[in-house]
Amino acid sequence: MTDTPKIKIRDLHKAFGPKVVLDGLDLDVMPGESVVIIGGSGTGKSVTLKCTLGLMQPDSGTIEVDGENVVGLNSRDRERVNHKFSMLFQSAALFDSLPVWENVAFGPIADKTVNRKQGKELAIEKLAQVGMPPEVGDLFPSELSGGMQKRVGLARAIAGDPEIIFFDEPTTGLDPIMADVINDLIVKITKEVGATGLSITHDMASARKIADRIAMLYQGKIIWQGPAATIDECDNEYVQQFINGRADGPIEMAVRK
Amino acid sequence: MNILQPIGHYVLKFFKSVGALVLFTFTALSHCLRPPFYPRAILRQMIEIGYFSLPVVGLTTIFAGMVLALQSYTGFSRFSAEGAIANVVIISITRELGPVLAGLMVTGRIGASMAAELGTMRVTEQVDALTTLSTNPFKYLIAPRLIAGILMLPLLVLVGDIIGVLGGYLVAVYQLGFNASNYIQSSWEAMVAMDVVSGLVKATVFGFIISLMGCYHGYTSKGGAQGVGKATTDSVVSASILILCFNFILTVLFFEK
Repeated sequence: MTDTPKIKIRDLHKAFGPKVVLDGLDLDVMPGESVVIIGGSGTGKSVTLKCTLGLMQPDSGTIEVDGENVVGLNSRDRERVNHKFSMLFQSAALFDSLPVWENVAFGPIADKTVNRKQGKELAIEKLAQVGMPPEVGDLFPSELSGGMQKRVGLARAIAGDPEIIFFDEPTTGLDPIMADVINDLIVKITKEVGATGLSITHDMASARKIADRIAMLYQGKIIWQGPAATIDECDNEYVQQFINGRADGPIEMAVRK
Repeated sequence: MNILQPIGHYVLKFFKSVGALVLFTFTALSHCLRPPFYPRAILRQMIEIGYFSLPVVGLTTIFAGMVLALQSYTGFSRFSAEGAIANVVIISITRELGPVLAGLMVTGRIGASMAAELGTMRVTEQVDALTTLSTNPFKYLIAPRLIAGILMLPLLVLVGDIIGVLGGYLVAVYQLGFNASNYIQSSWEAMVAMDVVSGLVKATVFGFIISLMGCYHGYTSKGGAQGVGKATTDSVVSASILILCFNFILTVLFFEK
């Protein structure tokens, strides 16, 4: 690993009206590393990803990708930077007007790096990487189960050989076995592609499996981070409450007030 | 003070909405003119707007032409001016009824479907997925719909004009007993190029309005199923009002002496 972080976030702030979501977030993700951000609902995990991808503008702070500040880029530069990224969405976010193979090969076809025939071959290859047969390529997303949609989403995420892959709640809504299949695929695929991974989840089984390092987000700040293997031994009471899923502790849910 | 506050709130809200729409329009138009273009997406929209709207536009205009001939006969026969029916049908259909009826029917069919489709794509993160695949949603989703709307509405109106005039002919000849060749000759003599051209210019403007309203309300929708429903209603209502408003403005511009 080099010393320059692949992603370097500093003093990131974002508020929606009076509600402060990110309040001076700092985070580094090193090349080839898999970092998982954990935290309760509404703590700003998705907002962090969206700000990094340019889907949302932060109020202040910097986000550097390979040393380049990507906050406030114009649309052309943003498209250039976004070539480095891909994302597996929580809902898979497949284009339901297109067949599965076109979904998978969408990026390379849009970039004109492959034509449609080559795109279909690429899609079949990527579908095989996530354990799906070629026939699935001709189906439409609405004909697939939730787990299959996630796998197609994963195939789409790796089709353009990205440098950085974001995983937004990759196991939400899946049964435990399918969730584990997806976790295994994420580990295998990111290693094969050699990509840097940044995931957000509140599924601790998933976080333990896919993370090299875990960071906990609470009230808009990273309150703890460390190697995934050490999270059970950490003495941060917020982290302990979260990973053990206890209702009692320093983290107060709005509903309990 | 208490009375002025809500008035000021609504005035500010109105100007904010107008500003957002103007910005959206200019951004969309700039993407219509700059590459890359997506010919397959444009073709798909042209088929959707043009080909699949033919039955509804054809049925609307043929009945409009038939009713027009019937009502004109009832009115004009009081003054023994039945011979003017062909003129009334031609002028009414080409100047007003063809473009306005086609515009309103396509608004109901296409404007609503655009808003619902884009709104669903927005709330299911498909629009965000496009951005992560380095594809500008304005280029891939908005520009093809605007281009297709502008190109297809005049063609639809041209076909609608012909079918509307045919409706008038059918009633005049087969129900009111007019001589077929005399009616055709009267129609031909009554037809003025400027009437047809003005109708087609109106259709171009209406096509732009329908696509713009469908895209704007769909693209900016939020709040799940309810938001998509509201976007669909807003797109139909706003496009219908704008069509009638611009119909008046264009009529004044073309025919005021």
